[in-house]
Parts: sequence; structure tokens; C-alpha cells
Amino acid sequence: MIDFLDAWGLTLVTFVPAVGALVMMAVPGHAESAHKRIAMAASLAAAAMGVLLLAGFDYGAAGSLQFQADLGWIDVINSRYILGLDGISLPLLALTLAVVPLCVIYSWNHIPEPGNPKAFLILMLILETGMVGTFLAQDLILFFVFFEVVLLPMFFMIGVWGGENRRYASIKFFLFTLFGSALMLLSFLALFFLSVDPATGEALRTFDMRALTDTAGAGIMLGAQVWIFAGMFIGFGVKVPMFPFHTWLPDAHTEAPTVGSVILAAVLLKLGTYGFVRIAVPMLPAAAEVWAPWIGLLAVIGIIYGALGCLAQTDMKRLIAFSSVAHMGFVMLGIATLTDFGINAAIFGMVAHGIITGMLFFLAGSVKERYHTLEISRLGGMLAQAPRLGWILGFVSMASLGLPGLAGFWGEFPAILSAYNPANGVSTATFRVYMVIAAVGTVLAAGYLLWLLQRTTMGKPPAEFADDPAIVDVTRTEWLAWAPLLAAIVVFGVAPGLIFEVTDPAVVGAIEGCLQLAGGCDGATGAAGAAMGG
Amino acid sequence: MGLLILAAEAAPTGPMSVSDANWFLANAWLIPLLPALSFAAILAFGKRMPRRGSELGLVAVGASFLLAVAAAVAWVAHHGAHETAPAVHRSVSWLVSGGVRYDAGILVDGLSVMMLVVVTAVSLLVHVYSTDYVAGDARYTHFFAFLSLFTAAMLFFVLSDNLLQMIVGWELVGVCSFVLIGHWWEAKANSDAALKAFLTNRVGDVGLLVGMSILFFAAGGAFDTLTVNSRIVAGEVSHTALVAASACLLAAVMSKSGQFVLHTWLPDAMAGPTPVSALIHAATMVVAGIFMVARLYPVFWDGMAIASSSVNLLALVGAVTLLFGGLLAFTQNDIKKVLAYSTVSQLGYMVMALGVGAWTAAMFHLFTHAFFKACLFLGSGSVSHAAGGFDMKKNMGGLRRAMPHTYRTFLVATVALMGLPPLAGFWSKDEILAGTGGWGLLGGTGGNGAYTAMLLMGLAGAAVTAAYMTRVIYLTFFGRYRGEGHPHESGPRIVVPLYALAAMAVVAGLFNMPAGFQLWPEAAQERFGHYVEPVAAYFPPIGHATPSWSLAVVSTLVALGGAAAAYRYYFVKVRARSRAEGQSLTELPDGPTAANKLARAGHRVLADKYYFDHLYTGIVAGGVKGPAAKAAYWTNQKVIDAVVDGAGRSAVAAGRAVYDRLDQGVIDNVIIDGAGRVSDSAGESLRGMQTGKVQQYAAILFAAAAVLAGVFIVVVSL
Repeated sequence: MIDFLDAWGLTLVTFVPAVGALVMMAVPGHAESAHKRIAMAASLAAAAMGVLLLAGFDYGAAGSLQFQADLGWIDVINSRYILGLDGISLPLLALTLAVVPLCVIYSWNHIPEPGNPKAFLILMLILETGMVGTFLAQDLILFFVFFEVVLLPMFFMIGVWGGENRRYASIKFFLFTLFGSALMLLSFLALFFLSVDPATGEALRTFDMRALTDTAGAGIMLGAQVWIFAGMFIGFGVKVPMFPFHTWLPDAHTEAPTVGSVILAAVLLKLGTYGFVRIAVPMLPAAAEVWAPWIGLLAVIGIIYGALGCLAQTDMKRLIAFSSVAHMGFVMLGIATLTDFGINAAIFGMVAHGIITGMLFFLAGSVKERYHTLEISRLGGMLAQAPRLGWILGFVSMASLGLPGLAGFWGEFPAILSAYNPANGVSTATFRVYMVIAAVGTVLAAGYLLWLLQRTTMGKPPAEFADDPAIVDVTRTEWLAWAPLLAAIVVFGVAPGLIFEVTDPAVVGAIEGCLQLAGGCDGATGAAGAAMGG
Repeated sequence: MGLLILAAEAAPTGPMSVSDANWFLANAWLIPLLPALSFAAILAFGKRMPRRGSELGLVAVGASFLLAVAAAVAWVAHHGAHETAPAVHRSVSWLVSGGVRYDAGILVDGLSVMMLVVVTAVSLLVHVYSTDYVAGDARYTHFFAFLSLFTAAMLFFVLSDNLLQMIVGWELVGVCSFVLIGHWWEAKANSDAALKAFLTNRVGDVGLLVGMSILFFAAGGAFDTLTVNSRIVAGEVSHTALVAASACLLAAVMSKSGQFVLHTWLPDAMAGPTPVSALIHAATMVVAGIFMVARLYPVFWDGMAIASSSVNLLALVGAVTLLFGGLLAFTQNDIKKVLAYSTVSQLGYMVMALGVGAWTAAMFHLFTHAFFKACLFLGSGSVSHAAGGFDMKKNMGGLRRAMPHTYRTFLVATVALMGLPPLAGFWSKDEILAGTGGWGLLGGTGGNGAYTAMLLMGLAGAAVTAAYMTRVIYLTFFGRYRGEGHPHESGPRIVVPLYALAAMAVVAGLFNMPAGFQLWPEAAQERFGHYVEPVAAYFPPIGHATPSWSLAVVSTLVALGGAAAAYRYYFVKVRARSRAEGQSLTELPDGPTAANKLARAGHRVLADKYYFDHLYTGIVAGGVKGPAAKAAYWTNQKVIDAVVDGAGRSAVAAGRAVYDRLDQGVIDNVIIDGAGRVSDSAGESLRGMQTGKVQQYAAILFAAAAVLAGVFIVVVSL
């Protein structure tokens, strides 16, 4: 069993959804229920593969890559097909594999206008392959390909099944991301050409992420490192999204169909933060140290700015979208500290935000379906008309504002905590200021979420909806799609160790470079200087 | 908490191995677990139970109460006559970060055992009371579910053995109070009050999060309370860090325990059902702040330099709150709001006591106050039940005849609150005043410094307290009935808890008779302090004041003076005028506020609650939600997005220019004129850009980036 997983596990889990998509292409479009079943089967098969991987994973060695596949791919540029799973990838892989089947369930009778479940579900499966591949790839070119595979399905999802302003939103999403990707690719190429084997002094000429992490930028001049990091910074930062590259997000979320928003919030945004944790920071720790105060600055600006943006919203879905800017700010703050505590918090924050905000978008979709509007001023009294829906909204809002005991807290507080004491070489005073600003952000978060709750769930139902038979409580499909997420919010909140235990060894390994360089950038420049001298 | 069952083990560094500890102490985790389970059970099938779930809550909290009492008995046995007893500490692995493991667990010592008893006792009585009080409510089941969770959260909090767990418990208490204050969410005033409570507490939580972070690092990366405290006591932690940490944590205490200037949520929280008010104000929620200071006392002891000053921030906040909060109680007509401000004021006493180093006095006052304040709140609920409202001037008056039981118990609790001997409040308040160390007259000094200012404010507060409570008694129970209903005594499920609490208001003081008090056997003196106050490596070496007869006499006279002044106004003047005019007056039409300009201005300031609500709701919250949020969003739409859209437009314009001038103008016309037909289709697709064909945008951007990439690599590798 383990042999099978070692050889095929990661490849299968990545491509099973794509195979499902291929099968669906062969089935005629009018067979709608067949399409739903195939999509369900494919995403469940991937999830089952995921369960096997989770079971076979050696948690004692969560710091090292497991189930590795390593095959020749594009020999000309020395790019290889390398997949691997470690403690950093594992929670995100699990999140992806869980969210997609839930989205398929939710889509069962919620295919948005203009219909065509075949195309819709095919796109969803392609998305899944792209997302899973990104979290598993251990070769920069392979990573880049998967990263880009995600782009088109989401573009079409927004552009075809989106709301009124879908065209603008989808193009904005596409261009922003592509712009970032181009700079990211540029940085990958630079790494390829400039990386040097520290032992022999020879050029590495490899895209192998394992090797690049091991050399950790040795031999590259600090100036060049800083520029390369800048390219990745923008590439990943757009995806996160970090202030000021975030403006595509509210539009994309507002216009996207419900499951599009869910996948976007739950998984897509994490590709950016994952990139920082997996690629930018470990491969260029010295540059990360230089950039850390700036990343931290943009992160805390994002926290306050996103929250203020939320307070200005009149549309529930747009409010939730803006809240992502604030929440991802906490994740980036954790990463910017370059400490094990901070990055653990960041990964927890990614998973928690994925579950919680994904859930919030599900709720927004269901509210829209019942009330045909998301204008906050028109809603109200949901607790009276659809009490369970109202309570779930209240519960998830509490999780979103970082209530201890629920999942959101463990991404937020440890990030604030870690900012008190960032890695050596990073200005402590600066980060302590960030810490206080971030903590103030939690007040604003409570403000906009409670305000939303009060307006939508409390009070008496407004006259226009008072006797509306369309306003029903949570349906069976909704329960099926939501129950796992709701349970996860509680379980991870009560037992955060479930995630921290897995990520910690990998995180400690990944930022070893940073810790070694703690002496810090001087070491790197010294090495670079020596290389130049030679 | 369920995790604890899985792998409970003795902490290796724990002060005492669990096998030695009494079963009830070692398994104290059951006490919060039971109400937590009943919360889940009530939600799951409470509606199908014969008493709609309330029986589940009652049974669970009742069992917790018994376990808590058993734990208290066990603690006393465990402690014995020894000078000190080791705390019982059990923990299990909770999470790991940076290769370091952090545990969750329980810390059972005198302090936590005392809190367990208070919380479960008050909660149990509130449960009994609620079965009558909220009977017929549409969300009866739901109310009991959250009552259970509220109790569980508070119990979880007081048993926490580490900082992280304390944060969890702290916030869970807050969220439960949010739900319960907003129980009748149909009315906007109630949901506003709930929001205000939660948001004000969030403001304080900034201090909590930052303060705990500082503490964690200052104590060498530890969350464990015993470790943090012991390291501070041993002098291993930087004083500067502790100054910062204690100041931050004080902000959290100010919001949670309703201290000036973050007290404004507390009177509004009266919007919740009365049993909730009793629970919030007596045993849970607001005393969480006091408990936190007590539990992390070394932080404040060192950070606030309690041992070596005559004024510090903690003592000052408490003193200001006790006096100014008490004054606010004068102008309220809503009986529950008077009691709310009274709570603010009494919490001020506790904070002040902690600030002057009178740790045991603070805890003892917490203990006695829980009983008489719960009695007063539940009594006010009983009154309003009968009178049909909470407004003393409109709905009440002369109720002592219709409601003799409520009247008697309310009166007893009032006397206890006034701090008159020999009821509970007298002993605990007097201990606080003595603890200030500011009384030099006829012996009885000592303590931790000469906090004379605190003593004076405490004495003034005693007069104020006695005065406003006299007013409440008159307006509620004397004069003639001014409402429109037919007042009647409440049923046994309301009256019995009142008697139980009134009984405690009488006898609770006996637990800590002052040392050297000749009327009480010496072996039974200061038992509370003996069993509750730790003498251990995790507790600072506080000094103890000696009680003073002269101070006790003076403070009693001061309180009587306050009561007498109010008595003269209400029971003599107002009453006489009422009789003369044949109606039930609530104040003199030509009283001091009518005659004196200064008094009128003062009354006005009090009635407007020092304008704090205007400042917070109008200016701060309004400013953030209005201008600040709008400005941020305007920036988003008009500045950042303008740049983005502008960049997009100029790329299109540039493309068109290149196409028109270069491609069509130069290359096309001059060079490949003959191949015009080919470019037609290209023109089509390029024009498509404006209409939003993404591929072209993408191609242009991507090509540009690729060129840049090439240039970059060449430049960098040179």
C-alpha cells in the first residue's frame, strides 16, 4: 500500500479530477445528472486518495517531503516532474480536497445562470487539478504551470456565470494575476541562472525547489536577491492579495458565482501565501530579511484598510470579500516575522480563513438565493424567518472575527504574538508597532461582522420579505455541504494541535535558512562577495 | 476540555503529583465540562424534553455545584493547618510551535476553588430562578442552553493553567454575554446593547492580546501560569516588560470589569433578561477581570510597583471607578441601572484593593459581593415581574406590603452592600479600607504602602453607596404604588433563591473574621485568607495590614452618614410632602437641584453619564464607521483602482498607437503594402482589445514581462 502511494499517490491525487473532466467532455451536455455524478465521483475519488495519503503520511517526519515522484520532464531546461508532500503542503492539500466536493454538492441544485452544468463542473475539476498540483509541485516550472492552470477556469467561471459586472471583474482578475505571474516567472528564471552550488561554486541551473531551498540563495549577491524576491513578492502578493494589489479581489468575489467565490476564498488566495512560505522565503532568506519590514507594513495596512473597507460596504458579499484582505493581512504578518511561530500561524490562518470565509460565501450565496438581494439595508430578521441560517451566520461570523475556541483565533493571535519578537535581523521596534496595529484590527473586525449580524439577522423581518415563502431555513443539500466546514471550525478551534503538529517540523526546516542567516544578511553578502572575488 | 480525559498526566514540574491529590481536586475539570455538555445536549434535544431543556441545565449546574463544594472541602483538608499547600496542576499537550510544546490543563488552588464555588452557586440559583422568570419566553430552551455555556466558559476560565487558555475562556465568556444580552434581539435597543458590550470588550482585548504576548516573551517563552508567575517572583523577568504588560492587561480589565473609562457597556447590558444580569454582575463576566489580576498578580505586583508606592495606575483606576461609578447610580431611575452602576463601583473597590496590595481583601469582597449583588439583581427582577417595569418612579413604590419576601431579602442585601455591620459587605469592605495602609490613627497600619488617597476615596464611596441604596429602597418599597398593575409576591422558584442569597449576604462575612477580633474564636479567624491566598513560589510576598477598630467605626459612621442624608431627604422630607399633597412623590419639586445652579449642573453631568457615551458612540465609533471607512473606500475606488484602470487604458492606447502609427502607418504602408489582407484580420483582433478580449491583453503584458525578464537576467548576470 505504502509502495503504491509512494509511486502513484501524489500523481493520482493531482490528476484524478482532470481525468474526470476529460470523461465529462466525452459525455453530451444534456445529460446533466450524469455530469453531476461524474464530477462528484471524481472529486470524491481525489478526496479518497487524499485520505489514503493522510493515513500513510509519516507524521514523525512531517518536516521532509514524502511520496516523492521525480521524473524527467523538460530536459532542455532541466525541469523535472517532481511532486512531494510535507507538513506545509498537507493541510492545504486536505483543505482543497475537502472544499471541492462540498462545492460540487452545493452546485447540485444551485447551478448559476446561465446554466450548463457540464462546462461549470469541468472547470471546477480543472481548477482542482491546478490547485492540488500547485501545493505538491517541487519544481519551479511545474509549480508555475499549475499556478497558471488555475487562472483560466476561474476566469471563465467569473466571466460566464458571474453577476452583472462580470466582464470587468473577470478581466481585472485575469490581468492582475497574469501581470504578477510574469514577474514571478522572471524571478524563477533569475534563480535558475544565478543559483550556485555552495560546495563547488558551479552554477546549479536547476528548477528543483529542494535544491534551491538547500542552497538558500547562497552565492547570489544580496542586491540581485532583493530584486528576485521583489518579482516573487509581486507575483505572490497579487494572489494573496496584498494591499495595494488587492483591488481585483472585491470585484472578482462580488461577481463570481457562489462556488466560485468559495473556491477563490478557500483555496486560490492561499496559492500566494503558500508561494511565500514555500518558495520566496526559504529560497532567498537574506532578501526576505530585507523585505520583511515592507511585507509587514503592507500586511498591517491591509488589516486596517480591509476592515475600514468592510465598514463602508452596503453589500454583504462585497463586505465578506473585503474581509479577506484584512484576514490575509494577518497571514502575511505572520510570514513577515520570519519566525517559526509566525509561519505556523500563517499556515493555520490560511486553513482557517479557507474554511471560515469559504463558509461565509456559501452563506452569502444562500441568502442571495432566498432574498434575491445582498443589500444589507434591505435584509433583517433572519433569526426570525430562517433561524438556523441566522445562527450559522452568527457562528461563522464569530469564527471570522477570531473568537478563541474557534479556528480563526489560531491564525490571528499567534501572528500577533510572533510580531512581538520577529527573527533576528528584522527590526523588533517596527514589528512591535505592527503588532499593536494588527491587534487594533481585531476590534474593527468585530465591528464590521457584528454590524453585519445585527443588520441581517436581528430585528424584525422587513415588510417586503415578511411573508415571502421563498425564505426557508437551511435545506438538506446545504447541510450536507456545510456540516463538514462547521465541524472543522470547532474541531480546529478546540484542538489546534491537529494542524500545528503537522506544520511545525516542516516550518522549522523551511526557515532554517533564515535562522542560520540570523547573523544575518552579512553572511550572505560575505559569501556573495567571496564568489565575486573568485 | 474533553481532551483532558484522553491523556491526563501529572505535569513534570507540577508542584504536586496528581496521585497524591484528592480525587475532587484532580478531577476539577469535570466542573466546567458538565455545563458544556448540557449546552450541547440542550441545543440538540432540549426542545423535546418535558421542561424544554431547563432540567438538563439545572442537573448539570447542580452537579457542578456539588463537585465544587466537594473540591472546596477537599482543598481545606488538603491544606490542613499548614502554612501553605501546593496547587494541583494537570495538563495535556495542546499544540506545538517552533518545536516547543504548549499544554492545556487545570490549575486548582484556593483561588480557583473559591471561584468554582461562587460561580456554580450563583449560577445554580439563577437557573432555578430562571425557570420561573423566563417561563413562556419564545426562546426558553435557547436561553437555558446559553446559560449553561456561560457558566461553563467562566468555570473553564477560572481553572485555566496557562495564558492562552485564559484568553479562550475570557472571550468565550464575552461571546456568551453577547448572546444573552441580545436575547430579545427583535428590539434594536437590545441588539445595540449586545454589540456595545462586545465591542467595548474587544477594545480592551487589544490590551489583552498585546499584554499576553509581552508576557509570553518576557517570561522566556512560556504560557504556563505557574511558570510565568514563578519566574517573575524569582526576579527573572525584566521590570520594563512587566510595566508594559501590566498596563496592557489593565486595559483588558477595565473593559471586562467595567472600570472607568471603559465601563459604559455595563449599564446598557441591563437590556438582557434579569437572571443574566445577575449572573453577569455577580459571578461571571465582570469578575473575570478581577480574577485575571489576582491570578497573574506577580505581573501587577512588579509592573505597578505595588509594594513601594502610594499611588499606582491599578489603585487609581479602581478608586476613581468606585467613587464616580457610585455617583452615577444616583441619577438613574431604572432600578437595574442603579444596581449596574453599583456593580461598577463595587468592582472599583476590588480593583483598588488589588492595586494597594490587599489581595485577600479583594478576593473576599468578590466573594461576598457575588451573593448580595446577585440577591439584589434577582430581587429587582422579582419586583419588575410584579410591577411590570424597571422604572422606579413610574412602575414602583410601596411594594413592601405586596411583596414581603422580596422586600426583606432585598433589604438585607442592601444593608450588606452598604457595608454596615455585621453583614457580609462590612467585613470585606473594611478589610479593603484597612488594606490601603493609609489609616494611621490608633493603630492598624501596615499593608504595602501608605495609600491614603485610596483610603479617602474608599470612605467617600461608602457614603455614596449607602445613600443611593437608601434612595432605591424608598422609591421601590415605600411611598404609594405608582404603577398600573396589581403587584403580588413572586412564586417559590423566585423567592427561595432570594432567601438563599440573602442568607449568604448575612453569613459570608464570617469566613474571614479579622485577626485579633476578640469576639470570634482565634482558630476561625481569617480562614478565607488562609485557604485562598497562596503562599508559594508563584505568588509575590505581599504585606498584610492589621485590622483597625477605629477604622471600622469610622467607616461605619461614614456609611451611616450617607444613609442618614438620603433617609432625611426621602423618608422624611419627600414622604412628608407626599402625605401633605396626597400623592406618591419621588423627589422634592424644590429640592437642591432646583434651588442651586451648581447642583443642577452636577446633576446634569451625572444624568448624561459624564458624556462618555457621546464620545464613544458618536465620535469614536461614528468616526470610524463614517468618515474613516468612507475615506478608505474612496481611496480604494478612486485612487488605487483609478491607477489600475488607467494602466489598463493606457496599455490599450499604447497598443493602438503602435498599431496605427507603426504597424499600419510604417510597416504596413511602406514595407508590406501588398499583404494588406493579412493585417485586416490582425486589425480585427487588435480592435477586439477594447471590447475586452483578454487573450490580447494577456499576450501584450506577458510579452512585455518576458522582455523585461530577459533584460533583467542579462543585467543581473553581468
